[in-house]
Amino acid sequence: MASRLMALWDWFDARMPSVAEEFRKHMAEYYAPKNFNFWYFFGALSILVLVIQIVSGIFLTMHYKPDAASAFGSVEYIMRDVPGGWLIRYIHSTGGSAFFIVVYLHMFRALLYGSYKQPRELIWIFGVLIYLTLMAEAFMGYLLPWGQMSYWGAQVIVNLFAAVPFIGPDLALWIRGDYVVGDATLNRFFALHVIAIPLVLLGLVAAHILALHDVGSNNPDGVEIKKLKGPDGHPLDGIPFHPYYTVKDIVGAVVFLALFCFVLFFVPEMGGYFLEYNNFIPADPLKTPQHIAPVWYFTPYYSILRAVPPLFNSQFPGVLVMGVATLILFFLPWLDRSPVKSIRYRGLLFKSAVAIFVITFLVLGYLGTEPVTVWGQAGAWLGHADRATVAARVFTALYFAFFVLMPWYTAIDKTTPVPERVTT
Amino acid sequence: MKKLLLSLLFVPLFAWAAERGYRLERALIDTKDLLSLQAGAKTFVNYCLNCHGAQYMRYNRLTDLGLTEAQIRDNLVFTDAKVGDTMKVALTPKDGKTMFGAAPPDLSVIGRSRGADWLYTYMRTFYRDAKSPTGWNNAAFPQVAMPHALWTLQGERALEIVPAKDGHGPATYKWSQLSAGTQDALQYDTTIRDLVNYLVYMGEPAASRRKQIGVVVLLALGILFVFAYALKKEYWKDVK
Repeated sequence: MASRLMALWDWFDARMPSVAEEFRKHMAEYYAPKNFNFWYFFGALSILVLVIQIVSGIFLTMHYKPDAASAFGSVEYIMRDVPGGWLIRYIHSTGGSAFFIVVYLHMFRALLYGSYKQPRELIWIFGVLIYLTLMAEAFMGYLLPWGQMSYWGAQVIVNLFAAVPFIGPDLALWIRGDYVVGDATLNRFFALHVIAIPLVLLGLVAAHILALHDVGSNNPDGVEIKKLKGPDGHPLDGIPFHPYYTVKDIVGAVVFLALFCFVLFFVPEMGGYFLEYNNFIPADPLKTPQHIAPVWYFTPYYSILRAVPPLFNSQFPGVLVMGVATLILFFLPWLDRSPVKSIRYRGLLFKSAVAIFVITFLVLGYLGTEPVTVWGQAGAWLGHADRATVAARVFTALYFAFFVLMPWYTAIDKTTPVPERVTT
Repeated sequence: MKKLLLSLLFVPLFAWAAERGYRLERALIDTKDLLSLQAGAKTFVNYCLNCHGAQYMRYNRLTDLGLTEAQIRDNLVFTDAKVGDTMKVALTPKDGKTMFGAAPPDLSVIGRSRGADWLYTYMRTFYRDAKSPTGWNNAAFPQVAMPHALWTLQGERALEIVPAKDGHGPATYKWSQLSAGTQDALQYDTTIRDLVNYLVYMGEPAASRRKQIGVVVLLALGILFVFAYALKKEYWKDVK
């Protein structure tokens, strides 16, 4: 029997790329630095969340109705009448936020250890593309429950395109398929959310990993482990990804799942950040909510959008600045002129810049969840402007300063010698 | 068209926080208290379910509250609805709009959008207002289109809102009882507490089951962690 199975295995192997060979290349003989720390869990966790979202999403589509008249009701039907439906729905809604948490931490890791630097620029570019695609995926998915926040959030975001000079209104009309967000919009967003964008995401994730496995992983020391190889031809500081990192990532996955399940089972709304309270009111095109806030993962950019004052009665400058704020990430590998990769061997300038950037991102994120009046008005010396708007402008400037000044402060920053081998 | 689109774009920029308004009181609800939930369900079907529907909630889901289908059919279904039907009302949104000026919202998930404290405060702060079309107004939701549906229980009350002296700070609210209801203040608060408890339950009937399963899942993950960590330790022994 066993030999029969082996024969079948060989039959397949002879007719397609060898599975065993691929497994060796990407798992058992992919040598990863042995000094990965906490920050290196989030790549594998991103894949875990991607799988969770795809599987839970498939089950949701079995019961969800992409129809303006029945979408909201079908979600409640899933929550009440479909056996286990509430579980699937909460897995998907918690997964949406979890995806951004792990991706943000994964990107932050790259920033800490210079993982975007030569020779890994392409990995970084694929990564930023994944991030932008994920934003599109999240935005379109958020329309589907057809609550007030779904509806008005989509209305606001689609109208950003309407601010583009000349072609704007036609562009927004083309995206919506109607003069306002409506059934046509819901249908196309469903199609894009469920099949088009996930396909792009999977392709980009494959490209991201293939590029990584071609050049090899960076590590917390920013040392190229391929430079020093042992007599067996393997990097001295490398260990096979499988089994070492598979067993380690399983531990990370269990801890992550515990946190994930805690949110899912005990605080699925996460205080209104993961599921907004107003989204339990069915979409009403005639009733604009007083306060429209996007979901937390978009709020840093939403803050930037609001911070930019309109020019000639057009909101386009804000849209442009927000667009640049995301696209500037692509240029990170070339903005960073430091001779070392890891923050461990960089000087005070870079460390301070990263610290300020983290604070900036968090403050912008917080401000984006609140109305601009949240901190009241400043005195006459600032023309009684909303304090939160003034703060958002300062932090928007800091956000851009981090990138624009990077070629300068990374070049003059004092670095310390990088060791030959990785440290523990 | 362009103007409209642009104005929509500015909506969030001009959005302001909900005005400070009436201070919300805490609703001390307990969705594990079945007697309270049953009392709330009774109030709900008697007083709310004439104008408001709960079109996503099935009558027989109330078996969650320890009731049998026969009990539900005999005591809580006042229409020709079957026990497996959802809680719909004959009042159409269009008629509702004609009668009250705004269609009474469906209450299936009102507990989730408004929250317990708001509902509790709202249902306790109706007052007589000769200037309003229904003769009623509300401190938590000023100019609300809904009349006081439970006024026979609470009685009629009057409210005088005294603005703060310097124009800043919260106003003072002076309540007075115009006529007595069938319940005293404590009984009425209990009635509303039970009703809000029920509305919160109805917003997510699976909530208590969710928490029960959650405990088991977290325990299972805790056990899995021990094995996963031991496995990792074992493999990593030889990494120097």
